[in-house]
Amino acid sequence: MDIREIQEEIVDEFSMFDDWEERYQYVIDLGNSLPLIDEQYKTEENIIKGCQSKVWLHGEQKDDNIVFTADSDAILTKGIIAILIRVFSNQKAADILEADMSFIDEIGLKEHLSPTRANGLVSMIKQIKMYALAFQAKN
Amino acid sequence: MFDIKAVRADFPILNQTVNGKPLVYFDNAATSQKPQVVIDAISKYYGEINSNIHRGVHTLSQLATDAYEISRQKIQKHINAKNSYEVLFTAGTTHGINLVANGFAAFVKAGDEVMVSAMEHHSNIVPWQMLCERVGGKLVVIPMNENGELIIEEFEKRLSDKTKLVAVNHISNSLGTINPVKHIIDKAHAVGAAVLIDGAQAAPHLKIDVQELDCDFYALSGHKACGPTGSGILYGKEEWLNKLPPYQGGGEMIKEVSFEKTTYADLPHKFEAGTPNIEGGIVLGTAIDYLNSIGLDNIAAYEHELLVYGTEKLLEIEGLKIIGTANEKTSVISFNVGNIHPYDIGAIVDKMGIAVRTGHHCTQPVMDFFKIPGTVRASFAFYNTKEEIDALVTAVKKAQTMLG
Repeated sequence: MDIREIQEEIVDEFSMFDDWEERYQYVIDLGNSLPLIDEQYKTEENIIKGCQSKVWLHGEQKDDNIVFTADSDAILTKGIIAILIRVFSNQKAADILEADMSFIDEIGLKEHLSPTRANGLVSMIKQIKMYALAFQAKN
Repeated sequence: MFDIKAVRADFPILNQTVNGKPLVYFDNAATSQKPQVVIDAISKYYGEINSNIHRGVHTLSQLATDAYEISRQKIQKHINAKNSYEVLFTAGTTHGINLVANGFAAFVKAGDEVMVSAMEHHSNIVPWQMLCERVGGKLVVIPMNENGELIIEEFEKRLSDKTKLVAVNHISNSLGTINPVKHIIDKAHAVGAAVLIDGAQAAPHLKIDVQELDCDFYALSGHKACGPTGSGILYGKEEWLNKLPPYQGGGEMIKEVSFEKTTYADLPHKFEAGTPNIEGGIVLGTAIDYLNSIGLDNIAAYEHELLVYGTEKLLEIEGLKIIGTANEKTSVISFNVGNIHPYDIGAIVDKMGIAVRTGHHCTQPVMDFFKIPGTVRASFAFYNTKEEIDALVTAVKKAQTMLG
């Protein structure tokens, strides 16, 4: 599936929820089920410092795609990371760079990606795109 | 005591819903809300007397200058300073601290020491670090105990003739601890050190008497005390303000300027370069009048009631731990629930209309001391209620269930 298809699928899933509580509970569940990042990548270097919650992000090339793994010490942040990983991991650098993020609005989680929320997520997306840019330049 | 319903009616912002729920504003230690009289005074200033001060001969300039200087006198009286020119208008506590730290480069030499406490806000750490780096001085830290109280014996042990200045907060913003500043000031003076008190958190809650404290400097912010943002004062003893070199150069702070030499204006203008926040200065006086109309003793008594109630109710939540359990405490409750990240709790209670602060509250050394990434902080003001505390407890329990 390409990035747009995955985003549509996620929007579909979230459309089943009636209120913030159900949406948040789903994000929390996603956070709890996020595959663990390999401990060796949970380094100071891979840390994206938000003001409050820490985010670790690691990206590596696999064939033509980039595979991302990530973690956070806050569970809501982790849940949104799970969504972002689902969207961006195993995709081509060019597609990652072009990706539009407006689906986050549609699933009612806009406030978590606001630059004023000190949770590291905005920096995480920037970092994902930096990885894509770096891999593109390398190849 | 006062009529809480009437008090709440003074604050129009409180009467609204956030995320579909009645707003519960518990982020008062970050900034207070503003009563209608303050909002009206801002509008009145711009609508009626806006003009630059201290230089115009025209009527409006005279009216604005009078209002500004009357406000200075009000604040002088409020903090019981000996002279009105010992009250400098600033942009807030951070500005006041930087003004002193910058000038103190004239008095701190290589090898000298500046002392801060383990529970300072970053704004009462970093300016002193910068000073020490500049002059080769040493920053010495007064440690605290597990309750979040300063260890006074350790403070006394660290004092010596090398100590040039001690900078401590009156009340800790992240723990709520009320520090024994009078004792600290007396001991510091005994070795010849000056003392600056960061009163950002104290101004809205306590009666401040700078002569009784005998502090050399006292900095506070208007916005935490029902006044406008970008307003504040620095009190300095006359002898210190005369010795201290000016912080910023510019208009208004000079007596005579030529390319060969500039002589500085008298106090307080020596430290008030440029056009100040005129409206902020004037309306800070209005805010102080408002606080006094309710009475700081009444405020302190009511907020203590909220603290006791909030502490009791929050502790009923399983796994909830309060960070900062000093004997002398103001109405700030910093807490964590089990291993739940404070961000998660903050984000969920926000959905229920409750504004709390989460994170390290600009006191990273405090969080490092307790080995936590941060806390959820509920800080109560005199316009909050026990019912709102109940709403917080319900919301935290809900967050706990969702996250558990």
